Amino acid sequence: MLYFSRWKVTAILLTIFVALVVLVPNYLSSDQIKNHWPSWLPGRQVVLGLDLQGGVYLLYQVDVDDYKQKRLKALEGDIRQAMRDEPRIGYTGLGIQGDVVQLKIRDADKVTEAAKRLGNLLNPLSTGALGGAAVSEFQLDQGSDGLMRLGFSEAGLDKRLGTVVQQSIEVIRRRVDQMGAVEPSIQRQGSDRILVEAPGEKDPERLKNIIGRTAQMTFHLVDLNVSPDEAAKGNLPPGEILLKQKEEGGIPMVVDETPLMTGEDLTDAQTSFQSQTNEPVVSFRLSTSGARKFAQVTTDNVGRLFAIVLDDEIISAPRINEPITQGSGQISGHFTVESANDLAVLLRAGALPAKLAVAEERTVGPGLGADSIAAGERAALIGTVAVVIFMLAAYGLFGVFANVALVVNLILIMAIITILQATLTLPGIAGIVLTMGMAVDSNVLIYERIREEQRLGRSPVSAIDAGFRRAFGTILDANITTLIAAVVLFQMGSGPVKGFAVTHVIGIVTTMFTAITFTRLVVATWVRYRRPSVVPL
Amino acid sequence: MRLLRLFPDDTKIPFMKWRKWSFLFSGLASVLCFVVLYTHGMNTGIDFQGGTLMEIQTKSGPANLEEIRSTLDGLGLGEVQVQSFGADDDVLIRIARQEGGDEAQTAVVGKVQAAFGDSVDYRRTEVVGPRVSGELAENGILGIISALALIMVYVWFRFEWQYSLGAVIATLHDVVMTVGFFAITQVEFNLSSIAAILTIVGYSLNDTVVVYDRIREMRRKYKRLNLVVLLDLAINQTLTRTTNTALTTLIALAALVIFGGEVIRSFTASMLFGVLIGTYSSIFIAAPILIFLDPQLAGDKSAKKVEDDGEEAAEPA
Repeated sequence: MLYFSRWKVTAILLTIFVALVVLVPNYLSSDQIKNHWPSWLPGRQVVLGLDLQGGVYLLYQVDVDDYKQKRLKALEGDIRQAMRDEPRIGYTGLGIQGDVVQLKIRDADKVTEAAKRLGNLLNPLSTGALGGAAVSEFQLDQGSDGLMRLGFSEAGLDKRLGTVVQQSIEVIRRRVDQMGAVEPSIQRQGSDRILVEAPGEKDPERLKNIIGRTAQMTFHLVDLNVSPDEAAKGNLPPGEILLKQKEEGGIPMVVDETPLMTGEDLTDAQTSFQSQTNEPVVSFRLSTSGARKFAQVTTDNVGRLFAIVLDDEIISAPRINEPITQGSGQISGHFTVESANDLAVLLRAGALPAKLAVAEERTVGPGLGADSIAAGERAALIGTVAVVIFMLAAYGLFGVFANVALVVNLILIMAIITILQATLTLPGIAGIVLTMGMAVDSNVLIYERIREEQRLGRSPVSAIDAGFRRAFGTILDANITTLIAAVVLFQMGSGPVKGFAVTHVIGIVTTMFTAITFTRLVVATWVRYRRPSVVPL
Repeated sequence: MRLLRLFPDDTKIPFMKWRKWSFLFSGLASVLCFVVLYTHGMNTGIDFQGGTLMEIQTKSGPANLEEIRSTLDGLGLGEVQVQSFGADDDVLIRIARQEGGDEAQTAVVGKVQAAFGDSVDYRRTEVVGPRVSGELAENGILGIISALALIMVYVWFRFEWQYSLGAVIATLHDVVMTVGFFAITQVEFNLSSIAAILTIVGYSLNDTVVVYDRIREMRRKYKRLNLVVLLDLAINQTLTRTTNTALTTLIALAALVIFGGEVIRSFTASMLFGVLIGTYSSIFIAAPILIFLDPQLAGDKSAKKVEDDGEEAAEPA
């Protein structure tokens, strides 16, 4: 056990040297790395967790019920349209009942034709051409007496949700990219969740506002013939709805339910300033087809008001003074520069396909983060020093060996964290400190064993050799069981807890290396040069 | 230089003689843990209950808890807890889960921020919705069970089934004690507490495995030695190692508890407790329980006597 071939010694020392090189960028500023640090050397720095550098962790849940209602509403409209096609099919009781849209066909001999038309609305999502079963979003159940029920098919809904999550992620990414500054990670979690982590974000409320807004923009014609008070009592003409104003204290307005146009007709939106008042406004540009539609509508309705609606709230309702044919316009609504900017970002990035709700939110301010780093560093320093002193007192020269191994261990842990770009959290620092305490266990095991062997009358060399050999199995078993618990923790954990598991797992692995290989090398070297007659243990 | 040794060499402490007492003690303590858990429950944090936690720091001087409490009560958010957190300008606010879905929970933060405005620094905000909290609790329990199962398999594979069972019983003992620690002290039980328990499981097993390793080695060497004598010998031989390792780990943990900050104190404090318990259980539970699990391990006629002895003793917890 005490003989090391030349290449092994080289490999051990090289490992430590490489680890040191990996650590250097952590002590450089990003400018220094860019300009002075050779680009062929690893230039990564430790990634600090949200709890250390401050930031936001947001877990969004797609509002499945809301999405279903939205789809059913659209389906209801489509059904109405389909029955209206010539020759018309008479029906009664069209409406949404829980998770299905149902209607009753009046005329018994038109049921087949109606079923055929409804069949066209099932919205096939995959054809089943490649051997898979064909999947449609909806399925049609035909009851007696011409009763028709259209509801989601299970596979269809799953597939739609998958797309919704994917689209939402794209929209969110476009939005935060345009916000600049932060560089959040956006990931899908499970079937209907999205995780957004934004380290260093100082304004979580703004981020939440940008991400969580559905940002469905629509233009509606305003009906001034119905008073809002009447409407509030429920006296609404069919096809019209009452919407509240975004501005506090604004009077609600009655508008056409079917929008003139939607955010999808926009190609661009920018913040600008109104020439007369210098108030921030959002100017938008319409697509070619959108511009044509808008020109037609504004020509037909000169003098009327149209409401610009964002997520069911009226932002403003300007009067159409003249036909707008150039395909662009401005939205004013008492914006500040920032809120105008945010709206422009939302409009450019597009609407979310479904409502998102925050299922879990964790925010750490930069002040607490800095305090936590300081506390973590202090605890790590004091803990390590105390362990070092204890080992010196208990094992003397061999304590020095153990302490050198401890420092090497620390270097390796930090280097591996840097290379893997694992996130270092406050519990992660605790994991490192705990590792410092537990790491010397291997040394203790070996030393106690050497002591025992020596007391049984073995020569120093043979006692040391036997000590390492016999302790090896124990160290392996003990560390593997600890490792199992740590790996389970890593699997189930998230955020800070995962951070603890990461450093704990890394620490166990590096400890095995330093105890079995590095300490042995140091002790072997010492034996070779000193040729001790007694092991001072 | 004279080296520090906590125990002289060749200690002959009759640990096995005390096993009735240690089993009795552990048994009673376990019962107590369950009773307190049943009567008082655990102070489960928002991770498992859902709700809102906010840490704020006043910008001018020490915080007036009464004032903060009455401000919050005025918001009509249901049950609100206000407590000082570490420093006297640092306040922890816990708001119980709101009626309604996820959105109702996140709305709370906005209300609180509107109430305090810029007069305080919002150091930390955590909101956990009802759906997520249920899953977190489930995952935590699943994690502990799967860790125990995996370790049982590993120890079984490396040793014999009696050791495997003994190790798991001893570890379970530590888990029960730690859960009891949370129930009795009413320290908040959250996600990091699950992490603490899993770490304790890891540490306790590490310790137990070292003792078992020595027992196995002794059994191969002294095939005819009485099991009780053998267990005592094995524990005495590994005693310095057991205490030294426990000491270095406790030193490191104590540094974390004292200097590591308020945020992770419940995490570090419960680990400190767990390491103590884990060390105790390796010596006083894991080793003597082998006597009950299989007297034949001794491979000797004297085993018969041990078995009789075992039947008299109280069942282990």
